[in-house]
Amino acid sequence: MLIAAILAILVVMVMAFTRGFVGPTLYDRILAVNMFGTKTVLLISLLGFLMGRPEFLDIAIVYALINFISVIGVLRYSDSSIFKDRKLQKKIIKKSS
Amino acid sequence: MRHTFTLALSLSVFWLINSGHNTPLMLSLGAISITFVLYIAHRMDVVDHESQPIHLTQKLPGYNTWLIKEIILANILVVKHIWLGNKSISPTMSRIKVSQKTDIGKVIYANSITLTPGTVTINIGKDEFLVHALLQESIDDLQSGEMDRRVTQLESQC
Amino acid sequence: MDILISTGSSLFLLIGSFLCISGGLGILRFPDFYTRMHAVSVTETLATTMILLGLMLLSPDILVLLKLIIILLMTLFISPTASHALAHAAMRNDLKPELDQKNKDEVMPSNP
Repeated sequence: MLIAAILAILVVMVMAFTRGFVGPTLYDRILAVNMFGTKTVLLISLLGFLMGRPEFLDIAIVYALINFISVIGVLRYSDSSIFKDRKLQKKIIKKSS
Repeated sequence: MRHTFTLALSLSVFWLINSGHNTPLMLSLGAISITFVLYIAHRMDVVDHESQPIHLTQKLPGYNTWLIKEIILANILVVKHIWLGNKSISPTMSRIKVSQKTDIGKVIYANSITLTPGTVTINIGKDEFLVHALLQESIDDLQSGEMDRRVTQLESQC
Repeated sequence: MDILISTGSSLFLLIGSFLCISGGLGILRFPDFYTRMHAVSVTETLATTMILLGLMLLSPDILVLLKLIIILLMTLFISPTASHALAHAAMRNDLKPELDQKNKDEVMPSNP
């Protein structure tokens, strides 16, 4: 059953990856990366149990923290102008010109 | 002083769980790092009733069981609508009245709303939240105010 | 007793995998950013809880169990914070949600 769960999580990671590539806006991509990170935490824990080495859980804890910090770190710069919605920006440029 | 003590206690538990060694060297290293963290926390002036809400501990288990029940119900609802497809959802955005006075009460309420799938708090104003919901009925549930009442009850311990 | 524990853990893992797949389907299927966020929130609350509960039943000693509880608590504390920060940033940068037809004339927030 561990193997089935690992396969399911791998499938979900591929789905998140697809959304990360396709995603029309920047926020979809950040969301996909966040989901990918949390699924990685689960994958590491499951792999640790499958291989009979529960020390992997330490890595999972660290990965959860890194994932959180990276998302917050990216969003820290959400005030800057490159974060604006592209289509909206084009509209604004058209209006002003 | 009480808050420093609980912070030290939780840090020691965290260290013991994560290290799993009982040799004197490891324990003394742990004691040194806990002291260092306590010193930094005091310098940052973050050791108070907001970072260590021990006054809530009495009522917290009751609230948590209710919240877990709500989370499970909301999960089932959202998963059902994922499989039913895009036609069945009704994305809604609405303002929710908030009756909590303190910051910590508002934070608990906003976090509970976000933790429940199907509703996300987008903006926190002075006495209202801006909430986006996947379904109209989740907004109706929030507006009926049961969660609000429970959080206020929890907060009234302060 | 052993059979009971392994059956229980298999059941939890199965439910968790199903919820994960549903969330992954939701992130591909839903029409706009804010609705996709709800799909992700499914995989971060109940699916994670179920998979970690299934692992907890399999854990060989108490230390592993406590570490799994730490991971669970951490996920449950982190995920609402991250999604609120993401939604707030999206709203501040004028990403408009696609609302349902009949609620469209309601509050469209003046920008915070």
